[in-house]
Amino acid sequence: MTAPTPVAQSRPAAAVPLLRKGRRDLRRMAADRGLDLLMVALALFVLFPLLYALGTSLKTAAEVNQYPPTLWPHVFNAANYPDALRVAPIARFLLNSFIQSGAVTIGQIVTAALAAFAFSFIEFPGRQALFFLFLSTLMIPAEVTLIPNYLTVRSLGWLNSYPALVAPFLATAFGTFLLRQFFLTVPRELWDAARIDGCSRRRFLVQILAPLARPAFATLAIYAFLSTWNQYLWPLLVINSQQMRTVQIGLAILQSQESVSWSLVMAGIVLIVAPTIFLFLIGYRHVVRGLTAGAVKG
Amino acid sequence: MTALQPEARPVMPGTAATPAGVWREPRSAGRGEFVAALGYLLPSLVVFAMFVFYPLIKNLQLSLYETSPLGGLGLFVGVANYTQLIHDPAFLNSLRVSFLFALYTVPAGILLGLPLAMLANRRIRGIVIFRTAYSFTIAVSIAAAALIWEWLLDPNVGVLNYLLSFLHVHKVGWLIDPRFALPAVAATTVWKDLGFNVVVLLAALQGVSDELIEAARIDGAGRWASFRNVVVPAISPALFFVGVVSTISVLQSFGQVNILTQGGPVDATNVIVYSIYRNAFFNFRFGLAAAQAMLLFVLVLILTGLQFTVFERFVTYQ
Repeated sequence: MTAPTPVAQSRPAAAVPLLRKGRRDLRRMAADRGLDLLMVALALFVLFPLLYALGTSLKTAAEVNQYPPTLWPHVFNAANYPDALRVAPIARFLLNSFIQSGAVTIGQIVTAALAAFAFSFIEFPGRQALFFLFLSTLMIPAEVTLIPNYLTVRSLGWLNSYPALVAPFLATAFGTFLLRQFFLTVPRELWDAARIDGCSRRRFLVQILAPLARPAFATLAIYAFLSTWNQYLWPLLVINSQQMRTVQIGLAILQSQESVSWSLVMAGIVLIVAPTIFLFLIGYRHVVRGLTAGAVKG
Repeated sequence: MTALQPEARPVMPGTAATPAGVWREPRSAGRGEFVAALGYLLPSLVVFAMFVFYPLIKNLQLSLYETSPLGGLGLFVGVANYTQLIHDPAFLNSLRVSFLFALYTVPAGILLGLPLAMLANRRIRGIVIFRTAYSFTIAVSIAAAALIWEWLLDPNVGVLNYLLSFLHVHKVGWLIDPRFALPAVAATTVWKDLGFNVVVLLAALQGVSDELIEAARIDGAGRWASFRNVVVPAISPALFFVGVVSTISVLQSFGQVNILTQGGPVDATNVIVYSIYRNAFFNFRFGLAAAQAMLLFVLVLILTGLQFTVFERFVTYQ
């Protein structure tokens, strides 16, 4: 820190630093505009495959096979969407995926909330050990359980049914962990007060804790829905009837039909990614929290 | 917890029924709590027992047997499935392909994700639009991503070959040429995983304090020096995390391979999970496939352990 210089002395010299400062500001502004442009360019670059898919979904069959390819349709042709729905039972696939993802989401919230409650509000012997047991499930990769689970589901007669799509995913260590972290932030005094008032554990969980934990539930719900909707290998294994297929597998069917053009496939893609994109856009904050909380990939 | 008088203790509702006024031993109280807790844990425990712990043991058992085409246990063969695998050129090829795939994908994902995350960390108006754009691929499924890229990579009408034609590059058969198939599948994967990388790295960057960077600047550090000496160490746990998680997830890739190449051409993209799938559900050799799954598990553990011993030295935790 230098002592303030007398006003009279600094006056003649002030003009030069001011000019220099102005030039520096200009350079900085130019750099900022440059970065702005770079950001826009990179956003377009990252989104290009999706935008191109959207564009293709609106092209006529003739334009799709045109070379050089057009980036955006010259004539908008929305007919691909009803056509896609007609060529493959996409509506039915969408329904199946909604049922699977909805059921898994609700199931995970219920089981995880119950378990998280036990881990954060009940002091019982073996709590640490059981919590560790829960977390250990995160370390077991899906491939190791894949074949036995397929055999289990088959022996239960669940192939080609909703239970096969839903049951294996009804519990989640990640969700339990997420909710437990939230429950631990709730002051113990609340529970003590409720207990003195004669509130049962179940009532405390349902009527006091659950409403408080709504943001954490939203995070878990969006995460569970997104990852279930986007499942690929498991539905491919346990479903082989057309009627029970989920959207991801249904898409590949659309693509494998010889007569189908790329514009139709892209229309199908837009239809199946729309729900998750919508969820992503409205719940961005929650998605981010879910991914950075434990970051298990879907 | 000490109660002066038995009568003074409030009866805890919802715990094991203890008549009011009876002294409760701490031990039996603990047991009561245990029973109560078990009620809450049971739904999760049942699912885990049935679909995680039991199959883990079952898979180990399968891997030690010859199996019938329906998956029934036949002859106990010990480690024969394993020894067969490690002498099998096809399996060794799968290992090599998976390694290469991770090598193409993981560093590229970080090198692309970090600059995007840094740009998304700028404090300007409308930044949330860019944050959303850069992490958009989180919402896209691997099946949709693979199909879109199959269209981009189409040798005849695909946009990529068209753009390359300006550089006088002749039509490349991205998915049908053994030299390019794996890089092409890797590119799809990098794009799909980019959103996740950006989200995690951005969250870390947001935790880096401005004062720290400001202090470095005042000390005369240039942009690059302050990035290397201040920002990178501060976000090194997140970089490490992305590296480990991507490696694990890339080694488990399946959807993009199944859609884009079915393991071909000439096994150039036959990653381990795809070969497990083929062995179990096309060749009906469940025992062999189970052994492959076990080896993949061990491989992931080793690689993760290796990353922890090699790279974690460069991670600074605050």
